[in-house]
Amino acid sequence: MTEAAASPVSPAVHSRGAEAWRILRRNPVTLAAITIIVVVSVAAALASLIAPFDPNATDPAVALSPPSPHNWLGTDLYGRDQLSRLMYAARLDLLIPFAATLSALAIGALVGALAGYAGRWVDQIIMRAVESVLAFPALVLAMGLTAALGNSIGNIVLTLAITQIPIYIRLIRGEMLRVREMEYAEAARAVGNPAWRIVLVHLLPNCIPPLIVQATLAMGFALLTMAALSFLGLGIRPPDSEWGEMTAEGVGYMVTDEWWLFVFPGLMIMISVLAFNLVGDGLRDFLDPRMRGVRS
Amino acid sequence: MSLIDIRGLTVQFTTDAGPVEAVHGVDFSLEPGEILGLVGESGSGKTVTAFSILRLIRPPGRIVTGSIVFEGQDLVILPESAVRAIRGAKIALVPQSPRTALNPVITIGRQIARLFELHAGMAPSAAWCRGIEALEAVGIPDASRRMRQYAHQLSGGTCQRVMIAMALASAPRLLIADEPTTGLDVSIAARILDLLRDLGQRTDAAIILITHDLGVVAETCHRVAVMHAGQLVETGALDVMLRKPAHPYTQALIRSIPRIDRDIALEPIPGSVPSLLRASPGCRYAGRCPHPMAICTNVKPTLSAIGSDHSVACHAVEAQRANVA
Amino acid sequence: MRTLLEVEDLAKHFRVGGLAAITERLRGIPTEVRAVDGISFRIAAGETLGLVGESGCGKSTVARCLLRLVEPTAGAIRLEGIKVTELGRRALRHLRRDMQMVFQDPTAALNPRHSVKRMIEEPLRLHTELLPAQRRERVHGVLAAVGLGAELADRYPHELSGGQKQRVNIARAIVSHPRFVVLDEPTSALDVSLRSRLILLLEALRDSLGLTYLFISHDIASVRYLAHRVAVMYLGVIVEIAETKVLFSNPLHPYTRALLSAVPIPEPGMRRQRISLSGEVPSLTNLSPGCRLRARCPFATAKCAEPVQLREITPGHWAACHLIDTRGANLTTPT
Repeated sequence: MTEAAASPVSPAVHSRGAEAWRILRRNPVTLAAITIIVVVSVAAALASLIAPFDPNATDPAVALSPPSPHNWLGTDLYGRDQLSRLMYAARLDLLIPFAATLSALAIGALVGALAGYAGRWVDQIIMRAVESVLAFPALVLAMGLTAALGNSIGNIVLTLAITQIPIYIRLIRGEMLRVREMEYAEAARAVGNPAWRIVLVHLLPNCIPPLIVQATLAMGFALLTMAALSFLGLGIRPPDSEWGEMTAEGVGYMVTDEWWLFVFPGLMIMISVLAFNLVGDGLRDFLDPRMRGVRS
Repeated sequence: MSLIDIRGLTVQFTTDAGPVEAVHGVDFSLEPGEILGLVGESGSGKTVTAFSILRLIRPPGRIVTGSIVFEGQDLVILPESAVRAIRGAKIALVPQSPRTALNPVITIGRQIARLFELHAGMAPSAAWCRGIEALEAVGIPDASRRMRQYAHQLSGGTCQRVMIAMALASAPRLLIADEPTTGLDVSIAARILDLLRDLGQRTDAAIILITHDLGVVAETCHRVAVMHAGQLVETGALDVMLRKPAHPYTQALIRSIPRIDRDIALEPIPGSVPSLLRASPGCRYAGRCPHPMAICTNVKPTLSAIGSDHSVACHAVEAQRANVA
Repeated sequence: MRTLLEVEDLAKHFRVGGLAAITERLRGIPTEVRAVDGISFRIAAGETLGLVGESGCGKSTVARCLLRLVEPTAGAIRLEGIKVTELGRRALRHLRRDMQMVFQDPTAALNPRHSVKRMIEEPLRLHTELLPAQRRERVHGVLAAVGLGAELADRYPHELSGGQKQRVNIARAIVSHPRFVVLDEPTSALDVSLRSRLILLLEALRDSLGLTYLFISHDIASVRYLAHRVAVMYLGVIVEIAETKVLFSNPLHPYTRALLSAVPIPEPGMRRQRISLSGEVPSLTNLSPGCRLRARCPFATAKCAEPVQLREITPGHWAACHLIDTRGANLTTPT
């Protein structure tokens, strides 16, 4: 009386790699987004190897020169090569939002899960705290925190994380409220799981999907916030360059003709944020076991 | 002339894995006032057949061949505008899961009144009164108060009655009830069946009752049609279908249902519903049949009459009759 | 036969929340939903007790109270002498090894993100000291016992059919070799042709593993097949309890009779005498003393306003009705 697998549509599960490739093929947009992120990340990682110049090397002879075969993206007031500066800046511009988002996600998920599962007064206290923080516009909050904490790289990560945490807490709490009423949550209790295991092993993984899309959007927003901070002079300290700061410098040249000083950094910000936003859907699909073996 | 006559209905769905013939070569007909029980497991094609009658099959599905002649017109070739005049008006559907079929944010009064406005061209106030009458006709007490309630405030049985009331709003000639008692308590289900039976007698409407419960069939239907994997395997009058079924599937179905009136040795139907992908060219029951013959895997049996109101699609049965003859 | 499970005066009252309820309470209007209102029964080791009743009768609440997934308001539950209702959290968790449940909706009861193997293995990880290899063997063993191939171990719930999912549920419930299993509507979500297969599986497992079942279902015919004794519930109380054969051949309580007369039989022309209950099921908050069926019972008399208890009418056959005399006479004329 043994039954073989009944589903007529999906054969046995493919490898994760094949699965990933199928999702990418189905979503050309996601594919483009991932390509962009990969290209920028690789360029940032290998900057020391492939950058044509030392980003901080000054060369007065070619100061303020437009894009040329010598300096592909032009040079600034001090003759520093823009392309090299952009590549090195990419490290900070990718790492900081990533680190901030990841840590915010971890903390927000745990606190949100606690609020959602424990309920009652624990939930009330946490949510009131969340609401107080959310009352501040993110940028104003970020400015205040940077002013208070200082603008070292670590502090910037912390600041950006703090602006995101309340959002994740709310999201996870909402999902947790839904998921804890599911029969499999009850089944997990019936089987003998302690509460912490029910939350971490059974429920939390089912709360994550909406978070993925939110996180990628938030990463883009973190990048923008960081750029805005730099623009206002509150961000990364020189000589570390960062796209926002480079754009800020370049803006001064808008009235004169040195367009390459603000267009390229601004473009990098725009492309990266766009790529983060677009990769969210594909990533969520990839992590969902239900999407395995599903044909479009 | 029959009210509805279906010949050779075949419905195909295109999937990434290939074409799936959800319904293959179905023939049956209904007279006015008759209640036909359409029986089969999940995936047997009963709902697809019903939806075909209403021309509700959408891509990736389509009706490949066959005719559905209703009051003289072939519904398969009729243009969409003409079908819309019939759908909901002359042929009505009571869908599965009544609660989810009702709009949760509009009062049921508005939903049912709207139907009268649409099909009978009534003014809203007149339609509301007709709505109250319709609810009373299906046995809902305190109807005027109910009209102002929302779907979630009603019990499952009441939702089902509302759906039936809505289906009857236009006095249809044919009513299709898709699993009307699934999920309902036994006593509520019994009352719904009483209602349906009564309707058939009062209005002369024909009813196709889709169900997998043979007890329901025994209590309400005049005739039975059994489907398996998209094919019609046996049709006949209630008596002969339940007492002396000829097709091995029908026989297996009856033996697999526990009863409260006697002790039986439960025998589950062997095997499982075959995949409709790359379906066998022969009889689709051959894989589960206790006595398949060689011909069964290659040639599809056709529905042939073996009694005054009894037709079976089975090579073994035909062979036996040929021997006896 | 020794008693495995003993339930005494089990009650579960839910307090209705919200502002309207608070004002009602201040006005002295009762606002408790008495989902289970004092039921008692025993199940012997190896026995299957069927529990039937319609929606709102409280049978699912009883199931959850037995496992303390929901805390009973009152009453005692004893599993082989251990007072389940008095156990602390940790001890209760350990007891879960011995008391398990098969849930109604096979899809909802399985975590969509966990593989079959992982779910079935979990009770072993929580309650035993088995090594991974031993656990894997047990999992394969139990998959075979429920009729599923070992290749399904790595599948996810959405890749399984309804029947397969329910078998996984059963596998998860029996893998830790429990003594007592609550079956909460195990076949309701399945196609009628799959039900018999599942019932036969449950029967086979009962015989081979010596399991004791509480079989809750509204599929009365299935209960008749599988259960040794049957209890009928209405509005939070047991109205009749007897051996299966006796209950079906000689139901005494009007509710049981009405219920059984409404079950469709797949036999043409069997139009039995239907006993109809008038009206609808009343709300659980405003219950008057006396028999709960009074408002709807076709046989009701003035005596029915008095509180009624389960009485043993004939040995082993208990019913809660004023109108049945001690000789078990049946009522035939509705008033």
